Amino acid sequence: MSDLRFPSPHEAERIPGTEGWERMYPYYYRFTADDPKRKQYEESMFWFYDGLHYPEPMYPFDIIWDEAWFLALSQYNNRIFIVPPAKGIDHRIHNGYIYITPVPVTDAEAIPKRAEEFMKRAGYYYENWDKLHDNWESKMKEVINKLAELQIPVPPEKEDDSVVFDGIGTSTGYHLLKAYDKLIDLGILAWQYHFEFLNLGYAAYVFFVDFCQKAFPDIPLQKITQMVGGIDVIIYRPDEELKKLARLSIDLGVDDIAMNGDSAKVLKGMAESDNGKKWLAAFEKAREPWFYVSTGTGWYHHDRCWNDDLDIPLSAMKIYIEKLRKGESVDRPTQQVIEERDKLTEGYRNLLTSDEDRATFDKMLATARTVFPYVENHLFYVEHWFHSLFWNKIREVAAILKDHKFIEDIEDIWYMSRQEIKDALWDLVTAWATGSDGRGPLVWPKEIAWRKGVMEKFRQWTPPDGMGTIPETISEPFTIVLWGITSESMAQWARLKAVAEGDLDKIVGFPGSPGIVEGIVRVCRTVQEINQLQDGEILVAPTTSPSWAPAFQKIKAAITDVGGVMCHAAIVCREYGLPAVVGTGSATSRLKTGQKIRVDGSKGEIDIISEES
Amino acid sequence: MDMSRYVLPFEECDLSMVNRVGGKCASLGELLKARIPVPPGFAVTTAAYDRFLEENGLTRRILERISGIDAEDVDAVDAASTDIRAWIEAGTISEPLEDMIAENYRLLSRRARMPGIPVAVRSSATAEDLPDASFAGQQDTFLWVRGVDDLLARCKQCWSSLFTPRAIAYRGRMGFDHAQVKLSVAVQKMVRSFTAGVMFTINPATGDPATVVIDSNWGYGESVVSGEVTPDQFHVNKITMEVTKKTVSDKAIYYTTDPETDQVMKLEVEPERREAQSLLEPEITGLAELAKRIEKHYGKPMDIEWATEKSLPYKGEIYILQSRPETVWSQKKREPIEQPKSSAVEYIMAGLIKGKKVG
Repeated sequence: MSDLRFPSPHEAERIPGTEGWERMYPYYYRFTADDPKRKQYEESMFWFYDGLHYPEPMYPFDIIWDEAWFLALSQYNNRIFIVPPAKGIDHRIHNGYIYITPVPVTDAEAIPKRAEEFMKRAGYYYENWDKLHDNWESKMKEVINKLAELQIPVPPEKEDDSVVFDGIGTSTGYHLLKAYDKLIDLGILAWQYHFEFLNLGYAAYVFFVDFCQKAFPDIPLQKITQMVGGIDVIIYRPDEELKKLARLSIDLGVDDIAMNGDSAKVLKGMAESDNGKKWLAAFEKAREPWFYVSTGTGWYHHDRCWNDDLDIPLSAMKIYIEKLRKGESVDRPTQQVIEERDKLTEGYRNLLTSDEDRATFDKMLATARTVFPYVENHLFYVEHWFHSLFWNKIREVAAILKDHKFIEDIEDIWYMSRQEIKDALWDLVTAWATGSDGRGPLVWPKEIAWRKGVMEKFRQWTPPDGMGTIPETISEPFTIVLWGITSESMAQWARLKAVAEGDLDKIVGFPGSPGIVEGIVRVCRTVQEINQLQDGEILVAPTTSPSWAPAFQKIKAAITDVGGVMCHAAIVCREYGLPAVVGTGSATSRLKTGQKIRVDGSKGEIDIISEES
Repeated sequence: MDMSRYVLPFEECDLSMVNRVGGKCASLGELLKARIPVPPGFAVTTAAYDRFLEENGLTRRILERISGIDAEDVDAVDAASTDIRAWIEAGTISEPLEDMIAENYRLLSRRARMPGIPVAVRSSATAEDLPDASFAGQQDTFLWVRGVDDLLARCKQCWSSLFTPRAIAYRGRMGFDHAQVKLSVAVQKMVRSFTAGVMFTINPATGDPATVVIDSNWGYGESVVSGEVTPDQFHVNKITMEVTKKTVSDKAIYYTTDPETDQVMKLEVEPERREAQSLLEPEITGLAELAKRIEKHYGKPMDIEWATEKSLPYKGEIYILQSRPETVWSQKKREPIEQPKSSAVEYIMAGLIKGKKVG
């Protein structure tokens, strides 16, 4: 790795015209050379860009989830389960991009003591996984319920009579502040739960991967995931609901109405007949909660869910109705998936040469299979369901700020940090109470306009993959599984760079799902664009999520900008037997609709064959 | 006289007979038992060798000539080799022995529906092909041998190849008894190979037991075995039978037969074939299928020589020419991949503490 050098975080490039950007983010996220000890620490660590979660620069509000997992992941590693060699993951921001680093336990003598604690604590969770997991699900649902029920009160011209005659003793101004606090608190709480099982889940998975790679040095990560991958996981559920609704519309003879695609017309048309009403009832039932599936990863406020825009699921459903009308199957090939999984597992198991190895394999596979559904399922609860509701609650807060001219547009609120919003609400409610003018309208529109300019400059800048010093080993399970930071991936980064600088007809990413095909590119930047897909095209997308599922019925390969072997596109392509190259960084900008390309999902390479189809 | 004592079709050879038919014939017999397509042929046994030496009065004469020679004395070894080889090659194969060999050769011709069928005549030493004392490559091979006279002469040459200077010196250094090392001769139908090469039932580079690695070039496998070309390389996942890696190389030369003279010749590969893939996908997976069966039959990783023959333009046949146990990875001491532990959390913790190497 000696040829891989990364800049010192204190010498990272600064973008002219963005001076002062640091105030958009928490003060403790800055790299700083002010203090010699902190400077030395920052230089000694390896900070890598978290492109997995943040393909674009951080909005001052959206950093809330980064802070939430900064706390939650780290506490579970370091203070709750006491992972012997790994403390938490430290965070920084530079030019709007998040950099993170795993913090190891450096005192070798502390490790045995931590190991003892870990055995007791993590052991308890592994042993009681199912019971604790049931408990988790009810806790999570309770948080989501509280969020759904949370009222964001609008300060009225005059308080209601009840405030006086019921002797309530508090004003809407106070309740708005309280509701905002509660809203933020629920968000942080959801993220506390988010990691309750995730650290241990990844640790078990990492070990199984490690074992397989030692036994079978050539084994692709895809195959390991296939062995532990769940069949009945939630990520398929929204799509399954859509298929059911497509089938139901045909059974009830209302498929012509459903084929309209435009949600207002579909809903209106359905309400006009008895069978249509039956379908509507099923539709409404499916929406809660399955249509909270986000069209993105759920990490950004602009990732909207199906419930936010019913045109998305309804037009996707048309793909299923068309197929069903032609008598084609829309079912997931689950039987085949199970058979292949079993064949693969047995095949590898039989190649192990000793009883000891087979016993270890069995034990670890069973554990990995126990933990894996959680690893996949938590995403729906937190990133999709909770986040989708949460962003909309914040929009309700934004509407109040807009009414009081603190911001010009609801969508401007994302340029304010959560603390700044709280301050602005204080400004707002005190002015409201007093009948004076708040200062907000003089401050925020100007500041937000400036921040928009800064963010635009951030967007045009390419963050370096890493900064600081590469360590010798990494023990932190997330760093290994999620970001795949290993010697191979470092080499891969170097390779991506070399290719990016050299061969213009080649794009390299991570091998997501095996197979080689040639075909025509269709770039879809958002899920709304999947309607344009023609049968047999190759989907090129920034990333995909469960709401993109119908697209996979039409395509013959998928390519994404962001994602690793565990990302949605890779998982779904493996299931449907389609090649996928993920994490290319730049496919949506370098490939154009209509180009003919060759996709090699085993190597993770894309070749542009010709410009015209 | 019992013919099977001296000549034995491959079908009747097996691993219990290494002393009689040598490692090569024994393993060809084993392959046939596993229903692996092997070009047909027969073994001229070590008993035939013994009888030949006996009939020509050479048994004692050779031992006397060789005893006391210092393995490091190149001149002495050379001189002894020249003498002994001349004696053997000038010897007479007695009529009964000749009849038996000729009869089997005719059977082979009849089976292939080709009079005077070309055969490969190879040494099949009793100590060869054993993983711990590989004599591989120390005996001669004669290709495109046709007719009984030629065959008998080549048999004698094979026998005499036990006494090349290298073989004498090697045995001397290793302390092997010259009287104990015997030679059987494998007589096998020639395969007019279109492509050929070697394959391993384990990835020789990584030791991955789930990968079959196939090296391939045009023509005879000699170019691959000798390392004269960088062959094409294919990796096949044994479980899914996917071709996981294809490396098509620039293949400069190949060996083929002159159709006029049956002489093996080394040629430059025509420009349009140099960088063309030498095996088709179904051939790759077909070979990997055979590799799996061979490994299963022997119960251990194997190293296999193969060839494809295109007797008809639309149809290719795959043949396995020989196989022997893989020696590098198989001899590594096998430790459990992870020390056995009683619970999942103990494994996980051990894994966490070790961490992942990055630098």
